[in-house]
Amino acid sequence: MELITLIGAITVFILAIFLGFELITKVPATLHTPLMSGANAISGITVVGALILLKDSTSIPFMSPELLAFSALVLATINVVGGFAVTNRMLNMIAGKRRGK
Amino acid sequence: MDEAVWDVGYLFASVLFILGLKKLGHPRTAPTGNLYGAMGMLVAVIVTIAQMDFGATDTFIIIGAGLGLGGVIGYIMAVRVQMTGMPEMVALFNGFGGAASALVAASEVFRLIDNGEWSDLGWLELRVAWIAIGLSALVGWVTLTGSLLAMMKLKGGVEIFGTWYRTPTWGPEWLNYVKGLILITIVGLLYMTIEEPGNQNYVIAIIGLSCILGIFFVLPIGGADMPVVVSLLNSLSGIAAAFTGFIIGNNVLIIAGSMVGAAGLILTNIMCKAMNRQLIDVLFKSFGGSDKEQVTRTKIGSDPEEVAMICDGISKCVIIPGYGMAVSQCQHQVREFADILEANGCEVKYGIHPVAGRMPGHMNVLLAEASVPYEKLIEMDDINSEMSECDVALVVGANDTVNPAARSGEGPLAGMPIINADKARVVVMVKRSLSVGYAGVDNDLFYEDKTMMLFGDGKKMMTELVSSMKEL
Repeated sequence: MELITLIGAITVFILAIFLGFELITKVPATLHTPLMSGANAISGITVVGALILLKDSTSIPFMSPELLAFSALVLATINVVGGFAVTNRMLNMIAGKRRGK
Repeated sequence: MDEAVWDVGYLFASVLFILGLKKLGHPRTAPTGNLYGAMGMLVAVIVTIAQMDFGATDTFIIIGAGLGLGGVIGYIMAVRVQMTGMPEMVALFNGFGGAASALVAASEVFRLIDNGEWSDLGWLELRVAWIAIGLSALVGWVTLTGSLLAMMKLKGGVEIFGTWYRTPTWGPEWLNYVKGLILITIVGLLYMTIEEPGNQNYVIAIIGLSCILGIFFVLPIGGADMPVVVSLLNSLSGIAAAFTGFIIGNNVLIIAGSMVGAAGLILTNIMCKAMNRQLIDVLFKSFGGSDKEQVTRTKIGSDPEEVAMICDGISKCVIIPGYGMAVSQCQHQVREFADILEANGCEVKYGIHPVAGRMPGHMNVLLAEASVPYEKLIEMDDINSEMSECDVALVVGANDTVNPAARSGEGPLAGMPIINADKARVVVMVKRSLSVGYAGVDNDLFYEDKTMMLFGDGKKMMTELVSSMKEL
């Protein structure tokens, strides 16, 4: 990794933190749980990391780094798919029935 | 074509995440926000796969299997979970996310150590990789074990070979020092891994200690504070993903991860404020504070028949559910009770305190499950203006959220907004005993003449109340 890449990555990191702080301001209590669950599903982005590690793998030997990456892929996908699905169910119950207001 | 072009796809995914998170915070746009998030994820995954070598069939089988397996398991879990079990499910998914980040870090470090590639890394590269791997492992494993314990706490216990074990809440003050010590040790080990990059024992030690730290972190926290901890762990799992982004040098991970981390922290703070608690107190002072008031006064309990008679012919009733309704799962009985009142021409509304239950919005979800129409769930500020016209306030398993002591400006509850149940003509409280609530403050409302106490389990008392109503 070149120094410039690292500094670029740190810049993105810091700015995204500030963005996250600004993004959430006033949230009605009813949305706390869905928001948490939706944000949690987004943090499953690590699925991309697992995919990148597996991009040249042709087999998954026992007790290998590939097996760890494969487990990461499965767990991250559960997090993503389950997270968005569960958030959707919750919102349908809470916000979906809301009219006006 | 330059590979950097693909990063435009990641940028697009990041924008979708930002819009999604923004929209999730507003009632009307929340479903769209969730959809945006899911679309962003789809874009990120497609962009990643599209960059791969299309000739390698084995790789695609492996990746397809992983995505398929995870997708099916995740979907089935999300669809089959009862609405009442939602908080546990969020905690569990969160643990999986943290574990995935930690596993990616572990996979990368063991790969580098196994094939000796670490010795080819430059000075800076090695340090960046090892620090990121160490931090990702620390945060990721803490998130996993912390979330699993939080999930068991939300459930109340675990079943092992048919025996039910209650999840303990335990944390003397010295445990905080132990936690600090473990954290310092982990930082020390992190330094050692950089000094001796080829030695994987240090990495294994970091993983082990992080798992223990996660358990110690959640162990002293209980009851109404659990949602705050789950929210904080959610924030941590975002940070873990961001560190993973540093390991593999991918911006979308850094952006999405750190954004979720920051947003999660803000949400945690909002949740603390709604409960009138400090985050520091939640994390480092053991459950419920140390100085619980001794309850010395007594109150004679009423029986369901009496209450049923009072409720006969009233014109307005407000039901105030709390933690106890979630525990005893009596939302269907509450709904039945409301139906009977409505059949007799009484107006029934539900007063929802922002922090009632185990999670914000928990009451809404429970009552929605019992098919109570959404329009009848009234938020605290709106219901308070109507409380003085209310004939009967039925408090089901709530205590601190209706405690008038909060208005006095003294004690642990001072300043916490409450539902003014005491303004109603008659207050009926369904509660197991006179014991203090989570904040450890005695409730004057119990002893008022207009208050009728129904002592017992929520489900049992509500069932009896409903049958007495029917007999009238």
